[in-house]
Amino acid sequence: MEYMLFICTDPTAPKYVAEEDNIEEWVAEMEGRGVTRHGDRLRPVQDATTVTVREGEVLVSDGPFAETKEWIAGYDVISCADLDEAVEVASKHPMAKFGKIEIRPVWPLGL
Amino acid sequence: MPELTEVQAAITAASASESARINATLIRVTGDWSLAEDCVQDAFARAMADWPARGIPKNPGAWITTVAKNRAIDRLRSAASEKRALSELAILSELEELPEEPDGGPTLDDDRLRLIYTCCHPALPMEGRVALTLRTVAGLGTNEIARAFLVSESTMSKRLVRARAKIKEAGIPYRVPPPELLGERTAGVLAVLYLMFNEGYSATGADSLTRDPLVKEAIRLARLLVSLLRSSPQQPEALGLLALMLFHHARRRSRLDDNGDIVTLEDQDRTLWDTASVTEASGLLTTAERTAVEHGTPPGSYRIQAAIAACHMAAPEFDRTDFGRVASLYEALSRIAPSPVVELNRAVAVAMSQGPAAGLGLIEELDQKRSLDGYYLLPAAKADLLRRLGRTTEANLEYQRAQALAPSDTERRYLNKRLAETTLKEQK
Repeated sequence: MEYMLFICTDPTAPKYVAEEDNIEEWVAEMEGRGVTRHGDRLRPVQDATTVTVREGEVLVSDGPFAETKEWIAGYDVISCADLDEAVEVASKHPMAKFGKIEIRPVWPLGL
Repeated sequence: MPELTEVQAAITAASASESARINATLIRVTGDWSLAEDCVQDAFARAMADWPARGIPKNPGAWITTVAKNRAIDRLRSAASEKRALSELAILSELEELPEEPDGGPTLDDDRLRLIYTCCHPALPMEGRVALTLRTVAGLGTNEIARAFLVSESTMSKRLVRARAKIKEAGIPYRVPPPELLGERTAGVLAVLYLMFNEGYSATGADSLTRDPLVKEAIRLARLLVSLLRSSPQQPEALGLLALMLFHHARRRSRLDDNGDIVTLEDQDRTLWDTASVTEASGLLTTAERTAVEHGTPPGSYRIQAAIAACHMAAPEFDRTDFGRVASLYEALSRIAPSPVVELNRAVAVAMSQGPAAGLGLIEELDQKRSLDGYYLLPAAKADLLRRLGRTTEANLEYQRAQALAPSDTERRYLNKRLAETTLKEQK
């Protein structure tokens, strides 16, 4: 199955400690296991732009579409056996400790 | 020809004893929860139509299994011919080779355990876990589950459909969790069963009858789990939960008075306690402790709570309870499952063993921490201790505070009685 991991910030999470951020290890393990497909950090919400088309008109606005205290700070598309493995992969990600991770199954369009 | 009531009774019995087995097998082979549900439901509908005329088969469970299996074969065959899919053909041949009646044994145990662990997967919403377990493992009808949870049948049906869909779409695996996950996942299953039990057990008034099946099913499922987990290090905690449920259940006749009001443990008529349940629960707890030693399993929260209940059940009257032991068990409980409610209970036990002043000190500490704000039992317990210390004015204020926070009329009526008593004393 394919899953998208949304790496999110969480204002209630413990403070970020750079020494405990083992993202390189995580990437190395998951690439070695053939789990990760694609993933990266995302620039903060200040750099976000929202686009809508209403009555044929393209509207561009500054910022994210939802004002929240939590935002998506990165993503990973993974391929693994089942949800339990996805949970295991997510739980090893450093941001599971300093933020939170939402796991969403990819829903192929089947085009 | 059998009476309709006889047929209904046979169907209910077959559903209770066979649903888990049939669902477990069909889901394992087809991997499709909705297909399994539909086929089992069809089989029971066929039974309802056939048995009154043709008689109840000698082995109702085997009859249901065969019909459900054939239904699954028909459904898959037409799907396979539509899609010319090989995967369906592979499933078909496996279905066709299923024995009519599995001879028990490890495969059947694994099948049913897989079913239970998957129904109780933490990625499902709690209410979905409870409903799915009742429907798929216990074999309760959707209408019965809906009634027990005081929601409409269509709401419950949607909840079940949603839970089955999530298992499929989110890729929840159908399996007994691997050893490194087994501890936490078993704790999750036990939590589902205990919630089910409490939903039924805590019902008062008119609801208590409609919600009673939850108690019965929770106990039945706990028994099943205990037997499936034999020789597992997880079994002692399952035994602890079963013992805890049976201890509570033993008190069911003394729990409510004629008005449907709650009677506290202190005021319960102990002659109404069901001694057979108490004896069974005590035996289970002893077994739990013995097997825990064999496996080196540390005491879990259900085992400790059962030990606390055992102290209460062993006392011929409330004042003769071994409150010293109760207090130390609560202390042990707060070490593994810290919670302000456990602290409150410990404070009450300390008050009983060392006097109201010692208990009051602990409760005041808790009150200052404010972690139990809004919980009516804190001011209620505080009021009781103040009353016993003769500080009636303060007791009166705490009773009023408790009353304002009480969750239902039953509790309010109980507090009213106590409030009236202290007000009377104050006036004297």
